[in-house]
Amino acid sequence: MSMDRRQFLKIAGISSLLGLGATAASATHNIWVKGINPPEVEPNPVTLKAEHWAMVVDMSKFKTEEDIQKSVSACHTTHNVPDFGNIKDEIKWIWKAKYENAFPDQENPYMEEKIKEMPFIVLCNHCENPPCVRVCPTKATFKRKQDGIVMMDMHRCIGCRFCMAACPYGARSFNFREPRPFIKNENKEYPTRTRGVVEKCTFCTERLAVGKLPACVEAAPKGGLIFGDLADKHSEVRKIVETRYTIRRKAELGTGPSVYYLIGGNEHA
Amino acid sequence: MKLYDGGKILIGLLVFAAIATFPFYYHIGKVNAKPEPKLDTPAILQMPEQERKCVEPKAFMRTEHMQLLNNWRDAVVRDGYGQYVSTATAKHYNMSLQNECMRCHSNKKKFCDECHNYMAVKPYCWDCHIAPKEDDKS
Repeated sequence: MSMDRRQFLKIAGISSLLGLGATAASATHNIWVKGINPPEVEPNPVTLKAEHWAMVVDMSKFKTEEDIQKSVSACHTTHNVPDFGNIKDEIKWIWKAKYENAFPDQENPYMEEKIKEMPFIVLCNHCENPPCVRVCPTKATFKRKQDGIVMMDMHRCIGCRFCMAACPYGARSFNFREPRPFIKNENKEYPTRTRGVVEKCTFCTERLAVGKLPACVEAAPKGGLIFGDLADKHSEVRKIVETRYTIRRKAELGTGPSVYYLIGGNEHA
Repeated sequence: MKLYDGGKILIGLLVFAAIATFPFYYHIGKVNAKPEPKLDTPAILQMPEQERKCVEPKAFMRTEHMQLLNNWRDAVVRDGYGQYVSTATAKHYNMSLQNECMRCHSNKKKFCDECHNYMAVKPYCWDCHIAPKEDDKS
């Protein structure tokens, strides 16, 4: 049978249409092709919900390095953060920084000595406009629509480290080495990471999901870390941010950090 | 046609054929042991007989557990859902490999590895997720 070009294209076109139709029909048979949707999944009823999770660091409650260390070690043991014992490979979710490093844009040579020497607690700022998310080629890091948390999906991270270059806060660490042997006490309820992925603070999404506050907030001395919904007018964080003078790290970059520092706080803040 | 060094060549060919087919001869008559995943963990044995059900029916879990786990991961990490409603029993389950699946199937070696090794698939779950502690008798 001979066939001219026109005939061939007709037959090819029709049969490809039929083929598409067939795959669409088979897809409806299997709900698993598209992933699961409500009502097959539900949020845990005890989940803490917010539109915009934010944190206020009340610096008056962090006088010494031990105060900070409480929160740091609470976080790092909860999340199986390895300790390699050297600064080059260091992995950190929450850590201590000097004023000049935390707020390099607000330095001034004749500043109050007290503030200059204060140990600041720093962590991922869960930006409103996160540069790390913008550069991630695999969407391994993304901003959760429901609560504004900048989250990591370790399964998708390919370890390109673009996000580390993009983050102006140094909040991301790369696993240059296999982390498992360097975790002292494994938390059996939380996974570890593997070599070749980037990790950072997640505002304890796994704890919020079961109705608990982040580990650092729970461990902070005298409520030094205040965690809440910035979009909620009646929340404590919103009230503090509205009524007190707070500063954010490198806000001029336009990232919209969600961690606020209350410097001149007193016992009642 | 004359075959130069015919003897050597033929012997060489025979030796080659014998070596190349050795695995087949060696295993003739031996039945390849089928994987037999075990469901006899203490957590499962404690349950009354009629309640010993997985999240979804056995046949589904057997063929689709990897899809299910993938979907669970996306639902938890990306969409912030915590619970899975079984389409079979409407029971609620925590969506977590490490904390929910392994709560019953605490025998990773006999439950996961048994088939995965047989099929020579190497899922990377346990590079990060912590497997339950098992005593090494197997």
